[in-house]
Amino acid sequence: MWFRKKQKPEATPEKAKAVKVPKGLWIKCEGCGQIVYGDTVEKNNKVCPKCNYHFHISSRERLELLCDEGKYEEIITNLQPEDPLNFVDSKPYKERLNDYQKKSGETEAIVVVRTEIEKIRTILCVMEYGFMGGSMGSVVGEKIKRAIDICIEERLPLVIVSASGGARMQESVFSLMQMAKVSAALSDLAKEKLPYISVLTDPTTGGVTASYAMLGDVNIAEPKALIGFAGPRVIEQTIRQKLPENFQKSEFLLEKGMVDLVVHRNELKKTLGLMLSFLLDRS
Amino acid sequence: MQEVKDFESRIREIEEKIEQIKFYEKPEKKEKELLKLERELKKEMETIYSNLTPWQTVQVARNPKRPQTLDIIRAIFSDFVEIHGDRHFGDDEAIVCGFARFEGINCAVIGHQKGHDTKERAFRNFGMPKPEGYRKALRVMKLAEKFSLPVLTFIDTPGAYPGMDAEERGQAEAIAVNLREMAALKTIIISTVTGEGGSGGALAIGVADRVNILKYAVYSVISPEGCAAILYKDASKADIAAQSLRLTAKDLFSFGLVDRIIEEPYGGAHHFPEIVFENIKQTLREQLRELSQLEIEELIKQRKEKFYRMGALKEV
Ligand SMILES: [Zn+2]
Repeated sequence: MWFRKKQKPEATPEKAKAVKVPKGLWIKCEGCGQIVYGDTVEKNNKVCPKCNYHFHISSRERLELLCDEGKYEEIITNLQPEDPLNFVDSKPYKERLNDYQKKSGETEAIVVVRTEIEKIRTILCVMEYGFMGGSMGSVVGEKIKRAIDICIEERLPLVIVSASGGARMQESVFSLMQMAKVSAALSDLAKEKLPYISVLTDPTTGGVTASYAMLGDVNIAEPKALIGFAGPRVIEQTIRQKLPENFQKSEFLLEKGMVDLVVHRNELKKTLGLMLSFLLDRS
Repeated sequence: MQEVKDFESRIREIEEKIEQIKFYEKPEKKEKELLKLERELKKEMETIYSNLTPWQTVQVARNPKRPQTLDIIRAIFSDFVEIHGDRHFGDDEAIVCGFARFEGINCAVIGHQKGHDTKERAFRNFGMPKPEGYRKALRVMKLAEKFSLPVLTFIDTPGAYPGMDAEERGQAEAIAVNLREMAALKTIIISTVTGEGGSGGALAIGVADRVNILKYAVYSVISPEGCAAILYKDASKADIAAQSLRLTAKDLFSFGLVDRIIEEPYGGAHHFPEIVFENIKQTLREQLRELSQLEIEELIKQRKEKFYRMGALKEV
């Protein structure tokens, strides 16, 4: 099969990749189940033209989409993950990291760049769901911390696009403490009155939601993204009943007052540009 | 769920014997027999507790007889007045908040309360807070900041409550805001993990100038059962997961993720609460004295820098 089933938060390398839309082929939309032409989906930023289902995209595709003329300078590229706990697992953590590095082509689950969004100089961080389900370990935390330091030094706004299953188990409390680290750094950014816009995409859960993803001056969600603290299966086990269809989806969070707006992928760049222009004092 | 092996059964047997003797035996026979049994008990505790596996340590940390926030408040604070509610939605019995005096010093006290018996555990939602609990805690911290009171928190939770209502009211947002606000709070914060440090639900009252952990308490990003369910698709492999997660006080201290281990005698805090209260008291006394020497700006700077240093990675 050359299209993919709906992705589960606990990702394995096989199913974690962004959807590849083959040229000149027809694919089945995961949202409406209809057969749509691959090139049309591709041209529409990987959004189904029939039902507006937002397919998963990689961090690089996201950068293409958001950065002016698709141009950016990647920064903070010198950090590599470690295995502080010698984590025992069906596969050693180090091996797992190697596999994901090969498969995703990224060194870790986040890419940080210096770029312009609608002509506004910005530090943009994009999480890579294809790297261990976008899980947050020490490197993700540290990269965001350093990105914030650069924002402060150069008086730039911060945008983080999240896509993550939460804190990375294989680094245990080291991962947990990244939540504190990034949240503390965001308080530095706030003190400097520099804007931070959080973009939540499918899925954003666990320790990432419970730290930086929810701390934006403005929180923007992509349509129908799963956003929550506990995963739906954990909640279902706790309450012993099925969750309603829209539960923990962007539109539900909007209704509950947890995100500021839900924005179609085709409008995201423009909306970010507008928001940044409102919040930045450039007089 | 895995059958938890009762590694403390030998201890309980001896304890029961002691109880029986105290009750039934004649005084002259009693004394000698008791002395012998008590020696035996001590030896047994030492044998068991000096060889606890991480998974057994989790069992000790979760023991419902362990002292909880309200016990600690009764033992080492005076004039405690509990206050309730987040001013937006409601109160949350899983987190206890209030004001009290610690050796004459006015403090804000915040802590999870799991409950000791079935009834109290249900009332306390097993120590699993909802957003209103975290928001209540933050409200009290802001009061402490306003009136320059140190904040003392006690951590003991399986985690934030994973329920529909909690999600609807913004569990993630409530935790996130606490992390950010605690990092920059303009007053002293000291946190002590007394039992189970369950992930974000624990950290949400644990961003502190000093983070202490009792010797047989644990702190982890996920429960061993949850970890085993994901990694091995089998929650009964929790013992292996507990080992992998390196969640014991000793491990956490060696990684620099906690600042101090507070001693517990062999047998644990549930067998020797008075000794452990005394140890907590001494630690808090020292740390309050130490931290109160710092200017507020310096205090916050050091607090943040401590968390900024945490992480395991290499620069290439
Ligand atoms: Zn569709």
